[in-house]
Amino acid sequence: MSNHSATGVVHGDNYLNHTPGIWSWLTTLDHKRIGVMYLFTVLSFFFVGGVFALLIRMSLFYSGHHFIDANTYNKFFTYHGAIMVFLVIIPAIPAALGNFLVPIMVGAKDVAFPRLNLFSYYIYCAGAIFATAALFMRGADTGWTFYTPYSIQTSTTVILVLTGAFIAGFSSILTGLNFIVTVHKLRAPGMSWSRLPLFIWAIYATSIIQVLATPVLAITLMLLILERVVGIGIFDPALGGDPILFQHFFWFYSHPAVYIMILPAMGIISEVIPVFSRKPIFGYKAIAYSSFGIALIAFIVWGHHMFVSGQSELANFVFSLITMFVAIPTGVKTFSWVWTMARGSIHFNAPMLYAFGFIELFTIGGLTGVFLATLAIDVHLTQTYFVVAHFHYVMVGGTLMGLLAGLHFWFPKMWGKMYDEKASVIASTLIILGFNVTFFPQFILGLQGMPRRYWDYLPEFQTLNQVSTVGSWLIGAGFLYTAWYLGKALMSGEKAPSNPWQSTTLEWQTSSPPPFENFLETPIVSHWAYEYLPEGGVPQNAPANPATA
Amino acid sequence: MSDSHGTHAMTSDDGGVVHHFAHHFATADDEFEAAKQGMWLFLVTEVLMFGGLFVAYGIFHGLYPAMFKECHEFLNVKLGATNTVVLITSSLTMALAVSATQRGKRQRAILLLTSTFMLACCFLVIKYFEWSHKFHEGLLPGKHFTNTEIHAKKADLFFSLYFVMTGLHGFHVIVGMCLIAWLIKRTVKKELGPQYYTPTELVGFYWHFVDLVWIYLFPLLYLVN
Repeated sequence: MSNHSATGVVHGDNYLNHTPGIWSWLTTLDHKRIGVMYLFTVLSFFFVGGVFALLIRMSLFYSGHHFIDANTYNKFFTYHGAIMVFLVIIPAIPAALGNFLVPIMVGAKDVAFPRLNLFSYYIYCAGAIFATAALFMRGADTGWTFYTPYSIQTSTTVILVLTGAFIAGFSSILTGLNFIVTVHKLRAPGMSWSRLPLFIWAIYATSIIQVLATPVLAITLMLLILERVVGIGIFDPALGGDPILFQHFFWFYSHPAVYIMILPAMGIISEVIPVFSRKPIFGYKAIAYSSFGIALIAFIVWGHHMFVSGQSELANFVFSLITMFVAIPTGVKTFSWVWTMARGSIHFNAPMLYAFGFIELFTIGGLTGVFLATLAIDVHLTQTYFVVAHFHYVMVGGTLMGLLAGLHFWFPKMWGKMYDEKASVIASTLIILGFNVTFFPQFILGLQGMPRRYWDYLPEFQTLNQVSTVGSWLIGAGFLYTAWYLGKALMSGEKAPSNPWQSTTLEWQTSSPPPFENFLETPIVSHWAYEYLPEGGVPQNAPANPATA
Repeated sequence: MSDSHGTHAMTSDDGGVVHHFAHHFATADDEFEAAKQGMWLFLVTEVLMFGGLFVAYGIFHGLYPAMFKECHEFLNVKLGATNTVVLITSSLTMALAVSATQRGKRQRAILLLTSTFMLACCFLVIKYFEWSHKFHEGLLPGKHFTNTEIHAKKADLFFSLYFVMTGLHGFHVIVGMCLIAWLIKRTVKKELGPQYYTPTELVGFYWHFVDLVWIYLFPLLYLVN
């Protein structure tokens, strides 16, 4: 079962050194290299978006006394939101880790359309260039939601950010399309749907949302661009148009987009928990199908962002009710993870610590989502810091925890190096603790009525704001430390074996880092993805047991 | 699996250029099936993109039915109908071109592709005359609307929708023409034929989709009731 890896190591040829030179990277069609390029680009933008976050929190340290002026503040929270949503959280897991892992985990040599894949990467870069160009011009101050009519009237260069998001959207569509076809057409012999790792199920469900929802964002942003350039009036009340229509269109994409962000992270957690509990995943089918349940409900809840927009009471009622249904498939997943851990032989490695972080933070984020879905409560809490805290618990507590779990889990596979286990424990503690210190006070601030997106606040909110700002420094320190020890591991880490975690899925049955075409010979799959025993797992490509076959 | 890698390729009777399928597919058929599925998914995204415009149309038509009725009378039904016939005919020539390519009738395929291209040109020329007439009469989108003959309020919205919908469709026609020109070039060079016709078939899908969008646009804009 490990003969692939053995021969791979002997040859010493892997995807990193297969062809030399920067040009061979920039023109590569190898999904692993494209995934790595996405990863570095996304992490660079994560740094930029993070700096804006720290600046926002710094400015809010004192009431009535701010080191950036109100207009700059508006621009900073817009940059923070737009960069984090469109350039970081949406592409982070599918485009970076997904690109690296989807073909290997299904036992393929590459994605279905490698050239389209590289093209998607450059589309993403083009979108990012447009969006960041705005930073060096008159900026953008609409918030990442671009609500009309203000986005039509503002004198900032919001059009560049819109164009950037419009272009980057196509990258998301094409990546999703590529993964769907890859999972359908390129699974290795024996890799039936019921043997697929749950990460693949999650990416597949995500891809469906990307393919179905993103085109609606494209047309919406295009109409808004035309609104600013030509003045077509569709969203402009002065010309007979309807600004609320923009909100409907925007959230028809952007609510499903929340699940584009969260489903892949759930996929990572579903991989990590059985590995580090040394137990088969509980409720495999329930977890797999609940991804589709979430994807389906995602499309019919967008109105819960608009409870106070003046939409009809009936619509409010229906959207409120359907929104609560999201809690069911999410609960199914959470219970399955916890039950997988029960009586397992738990190993406290960094990926597992982040999985714990995910369950804790995402549960708080998810449950406060039910508060906000409740009409009477939402009317009180809308546009307050409660909402800010809620979606950060979901986005950071969900997606970012998943990303960090994945980055550590697959680090040995991607680079063939081990990271420093002790350092990772310190960093994860800093990040998870810092996160709670930053955002938990914001729930209380929101309940007390502090509005979001305001440059200044009443003096009585100062203490909690200062706690929150100190928390942001802890998160910042945690991430800097992570960058440092992962960077060090990259340079001089201990050599990683093929399968350091005794995992069963196919990516661990090839060498670390994997060879150019992933496997030296096409794997034949005869096992489910989660045949774990306390002492280790049965690899998916192990010869079939004649007794059970 | 890997035995057939790169060597499995059909040769054609009329000396067509051999197509080497990509390294990560087991057979050329697998590659063809994957490409077809990819194209279908792409067309789904197109439906959703146009879907946004159809929803906007539906909402404003519901709000201002009388305005839509008055405005649509300023569109030229005869030209619109002619264009519908032109596009449907081009879909027919495209379908025949795919079939001719598959059966190795190269001259016939080139002729049919060229006809499709010319019909697309014809569509755009008619569209150009329609658009310039609207410009002349001040029937323009949003804030540029200057026409005084229409009495209904918010008539600019109808023309915003008209120009955005036909404009986006026109853009798709132009993209289609580039693709058809590319097919003609590759068919002339014998790269496309019975041995390998994936691009022809997929551009065919796309072209039928472009045609189908117009079949919805025509009654929505020109035949408002």
